[in-house]
Amino acid sequence: MQVFDLEAQGLRELNATLHAQSTDTNQTAWEIVNPKGSHAIAVGLDAPIEVNVKGSTGYYCAGMNKQATVHVHGSAGPGVAENMMSGTVVIEGDASQYAGATGNGGTLVIKGNASSRCGISMKGIDIIVHGNIGHMSAFMAQSGNLVVCGNAGDALGDSLYEARLFVRGSVKSLGADCVEKEMRPEHLTLLADLLERGGCDAKPEEFKRYGSARKLYNFNIDNAY
Amino acid sequence: MKDDHNGVPRTVPVQSATFSNPVNAEIRRAAATGIYDIRGGGAKRKVPHFDDLLFLGASISRYPLEGYREKCETSVTLGTRFAKNPIQLDIPVTIAGMSFGALSGPAKEALGRGATLAGTSTTTGDGGMTEEERGHSNKLVYQYLPSRYGMNPDDLRRCDAIEIVVGQGAKPGGGGMLLGQKISDRVAEMRNLPKGIDQRSACRHPDWTGPDDLEIKILELREITNWEKPIYIKVGGARPYFDTTLAIKAGADVVVLDGMQGGTAATQDVFIEHVGQPILACIREAVRALQDMGMHREVQLVVSGGIRHGADVAKCMALGADAVAIGTAALIALGDNDPRWEAEYNELGTTAGAYDDWHEGRDPAGITTQDPDLMARFDPIEGGRRLNNYLKVMTLEAQTIARACGKNHLHNLEPEDLCALTMEAAAMAKIPLAGTDWYPGKPGTSY
Repeated sequence: MQVFDLEAQGLRELNATLHAQSTDTNQTAWEIVNPKGSHAIAVGLDAPIEVNVKGSTGYYCAGMNKQATVHVHGSAGPGVAENMMSGTVVIEGDASQYAGATGNGGTLVIKGNASSRCGISMKGIDIIVHGNIGHMSAFMAQSGNLVVCGNAGDALGDSLYEARLFVRGSVKSLGADCVEKEMRPEHLTLLADLLERGGCDAKPEEFKRYGSARKLYNFNIDNAY
Repeated sequence: MKDDHNGVPRTVPVQSATFSNPVNAEIRRAAATGIYDIRGGGAKRKVPHFDDLLFLGASISRYPLEGYREKCETSVTLGTRFAKNPIQLDIPVTIAGMSFGALSGPAKEALGRGATLAGTSTTTGDGGMTEEERGHSNKLVYQYLPSRYGMNPDDLRRCDAIEIVVGQGAKPGGGGMLLGQKISDRVAEMRNLPKGIDQRSACRHPDWTGPDDLEIKILELREITNWEKPIYIKVGGARPYFDTTLAIKAGADVVVLDGMQGGTAATQDVFIEHVGQPILACIREAVRALQDMGMHREVQLVVSGGIRHGADVAKCMALGADAVAIGTAALIALGDNDPRWEAEYNELGTTAGAYDDWHEGRDPAGITTQDPDLMARFDPIEGGRRLNNYLKVMTLEAQTIARACGKNHLHNLEPEDLCALTMEAAAMAKIPLAGTDWYPGKPGTSY
């Protein structure tokens, strides 16, 4: 276990050190202490390492992550795991706005609640939220899966493309072109896998599925307002 | 004067200046279709521009340099504020961001080839970085756009600079649309969207909302790229003083300022023609912001929007810019809107020089299309050669003017080398009206 004191050693040294880890590094376990809400912690990682952050983080923790597992033992500020390509990011607490924004792959697990715009413009990432999500989540979401074990706020899935949304609780309102869809057996199988990966004990049958009505896919003046 | 059949004089028919034939035609088109006009390019209306400025040249009070022999430097370094690896360019004319998707792969390759031959940079666009573009561009600026189509950390690390696009001159405050006709398999894959559907490019970034957030976003990008890459911030010509101030405050190495004549791949005509300011009105305000922040020349200013020849380049330098970017002019150099395709332009209901329906993907020149047959008409090697020639001519022209003003570097051109032909240009550029030492709004004057 490599222990890195962020307060003492600084952000630049932290990220440079983590970037220096190659695919076959044997220094695979890292612990970051004293994060104290710092921004851009463990961004741009590209090695199969596990990073445990002992506390809460600021903006963009684990941004553009590839391969690595980043575990935040606290809450995360805006844009956690933004544009993630692969790997896993787990937040023990809550996540602020834009969690998993534009993510291309990998898995983001939020054990608390996520704020507004969770999964905005997501492009393949899987996001599992144990609690609730805020308004405008999955706005313009292109692909991937968003699982919400609690409730969703206003305008869920506005201008959605091909991402799949699963919500167990209530949805305050659906955004433009987002509709409830039939939960078919393949979706239950997919959801069971997502819930298992996210460490949730919820049952797939308790969820509703939402997706795109595909009425905005080609410009039609009747859809403008 | 006409008369009626009884020989009584009648007034001649008069066309309304307000309800002109083009205006009336657009009203009829809107009434027939129920949809606004979408097109490419920048503002076509006449606005105060660099043509309204003149260089004074040398005289007894200014000593010129010999036109062909004496050295007149053209190099520029971009990104000296924070980046470990600033970009060194031989000429201050760069290629503006244009997307793969809006342009064909060979057209992007040609831009890279031409820019590299000329010793300057080219820029990606919405849709990500293509191999042919990276492979043929010695200096490649990677745009970080609201859509984040194709954005990934590997390309971020193999670019030479990052340009965070907040807005563009053709549509400050607007997003974009790549219509389904141009969504080929390759374009769809790069953007992670189904083939054939319209692809909306968002008007605002998904994970930051203001200058304080932007400062942290820049920190993230610098950390990911080891603080090596210059970070540009591109804004449309909306509020250049405040936008430049906030970009500097957020940590930009370079500010890119795009006026309303700057092109777009596809936007509503009403947006292009009625939102934003001409570049002439923006440059001095941006320079003022840089000077007020103590950052002029420390943070470089790149301006774009309607730059056509070396005189425009020299005028931008004289007004305080460090470099310019060209988009529309570069496409014309490649062969866009060339009269050789006139018959086909006519079939599309237009004419060479006026063709702007780039979003439809039927460009006869094979540049703004994804149609394989049309793309095959365009030779990227020849296109690169033509672009290089054009860039060289622009540079030679700018040098000619700089030498005539007694300057041994394009950056030594200054506002005092200019006069304005119109009151509007004098006011916007803060350059004295020709024959006077005054411009509207000059400090210490009443007007």
